[in-house]
Amino acid sequence: MSETRLMKGNEAIGEAAIVAGCRYYFGYPITPQTELMEYMAKRMPQIEGVFLQAESEIAAINMVYGAAGAGARVMTSSSSPGISLKAEGISYCAGAELPCVIVNIMRGGPGLGSIQPSQADYFQATKGGGHGDYRNIVLAPNSVQEMADLTMLSFDLADTYRNPVMLLGDGALGQMMEPVNLEERPFVPQEKSWAANGLGKRTKPNIINSLYLKPEQLEAHNIHLQNKYQRIIKQECRWEEFSVEDAELIVVSYGITSRIARSAIEMAKRDGLKVGLFRPISLWPFPSERLLTLAKQTRAFLVTELSAGQMIEDVRLATRQIKPVHFYGRMGGMMPSSREIYNQINLIVREKEAVK
Amino acid sequence: MTHEMILAGFGGQGVMVMGQLLTYAGMLEGAHVSWIPSYGPEMRGGTANCSVIISQEPIGSPIVTEATAVVAMNLPSFEKFESSLSSGGILVLNSSLIDRQSKRDDIKTYNVPANEIANSLGDARMANMVALGALNAALGYIVDTSRIMEAFKKIFAKKPGIIASNELAILAGVKHITG
Repeated sequence: MSETRLMKGNEAIGEAAIVAGCRYYFGYPITPQTELMEYMAKRMPQIEGVFLQAESEIAAINMVYGAAGAGARVMTSSSSPGISLKAEGISYCAGAELPCVIVNIMRGGPGLGSIQPSQADYFQATKGGGHGDYRNIVLAPNSVQEMADLTMLSFDLADTYRNPVMLLGDGALGQMMEPVNLEERPFVPQEKSWAANGLGKRTKPNIINSLYLKPEQLEAHNIHLQNKYQRIIKQECRWEEFSVEDAELIVVSYGITSRIARSAIEMAKRDGLKVGLFRPISLWPFPSERLLTLAKQTRAFLVTELSAGQMIEDVRLATRQIKPVHFYGRMGGMMPSSREIYNQINLIVREKEAVK
Repeated sequence: MTHEMILAGFGGQGVMVMGQLLTYAGMLEGAHVSWIPSYGPEMRGGTANCSVIISQEPIGSPIVTEATAVVAMNLPSFEKFESSLSSGGILVLNSSLIDRQSKRDDIKTYNVPANEIANSLGDARMANMVALGALNAALGYIVDTSRIMEAFKKIFAKKPGIIASNELAILAGVKHITG
C-alpha cells in the first residue's frame, strides 16, 4: 500500500487507523465525517475487524470504553454535535485512563448549526467538553497526508500515555482530496498488563473504573493524572513554523485555516512584508514555550481561526501579551479567502508603520 | 505555474468526477494537487462545484477564490463564477445550456456545446468528459490526455465497459478546441 493514492481526508483517517492496528470502530453517521464511517464499514470486514454502527453517539463512545478497556486499538468519529454527545464518555475514558482515538471533523455551531467547516470546538477539545479535571491530547492536521500521519501517531500516543487522543479536523479537510502515501508499518501490539481481558496468569482481576468514592483516593488519582499531563506537556508539543525568524508579524493558525494563512503570507512576502506563520499541530499540549520565545523577537501576532476567537486565548496566555495579539475569524461555516487574511496582515503592518 | 480552477454545474452533470479526474491526472504527473467540493445539502438538480488546484508548488488554500480557469456547465454556474476569474483567465462555457456570453474582455472564453457533442457520441451524460477535454486543451494541456485516461481507468476500475466511449468524449472536447 505504499503507492500514492488520491483520497479524501476522511478516508485517509480510516485507512491510517487500520495501518496503525485499529480493529474496532464504533460510530454514528453525521456530515461532514460520514465518509470515514462509510470507509470503515467497507474495510473492517475485509480485515476481520469490527465495524458497528451504534444506535447513538453515546452508545458508540461507551463501546469504545469497552474495547479500550479490553486492550484493543479502537476509534470513534463524529462531527461537532455528535462530539458533544460523546463528552460524558470521553470524560469516563480519561478518568479510567483508557487509550482511544476520537475524531472530530468540526462543523458550524452552536446547536445543530450547519454542515460547513468550522473550528469552533477548540475550547471543547482542548479545555474539556466533559466534566472533571482531565485533558485529551489534541492533534490538528492541515493536509490529507497529515490526517493519515497524525491518526497513526494518535494511536501510539494514546497507548503510551493511556489517554484519549482527539484528532481535530474540519469539514474542509474531511472532504478534500489530496495525494496520500500510507506506508505499511509493522504493528506490534503493546503489552497492556492493565487491560480487562481475562485473568490469564494473574491472581487478581483487572478492574477498569473511574469511580473513587473516597475523596482521598480520588484526589490521589487526580494528582496521578495531573502528573501524567505534565509529562505530556513536556514531551509532546508539536508545531510547524514558516518564515518566523525575521518576521515582524507572526500569523498563528491551525488546521485548514493555516493553509489559507500560508497563501496570504506568500502574497504579503511578495510585497516585501516580513510575515511568518506559526502552526500548532498539538493543540493540547499547546506549544506555549516556543510562542513565548517568538513573542520576544517579533512585533505582533495575528490569530486566525474559523471561530469567534478560541485559540487566541492560549496565544495570549503563552505570549503573556508582551506583544499585541490581533484576531481575524469567520464563523458559522464561512471560510476566509487568502486575500481577506492578506488584507488583515496589511492593515496591521501599516498601523505599525504609522506608529513608527 | 499554478492552475486554480473552479468546475461548476448542476448536480448530476458530473462536475465532481470531472475535477477528480483532472486532480488524479495531475497527481500521476507528479504535480501538487488538491480537490475540494463545495459540499452542502446538494442533490441532483441543485448546484455543485469543486475547486481543483494543480501546481508545481506546495498548495496553500485548497479553496479557489481567484481562478485561472472556470468551467460552467449551466447558466447559474456561469453567473456565479464569472466574477471569480482572474484577469487573463480561461472560461469554458457549456454553450448547449448557456446562451449568454461574458461581457468581460480580460478573459478568454471557449464555447463548447458539450451536451450536443456528447449526444452525438451516443450519451449526453458524457458532456462532462467533453468539457474536461476542452478545458485541458484550452489550458495548453496542464496534464497529458493519456494521464486523464489513466486516472479514468483507476477511478472506474469496476466499469471497464465505459472507458472507450468516455475516451472518445474527452478527445472530442480536445478536438473542439484545437479544431
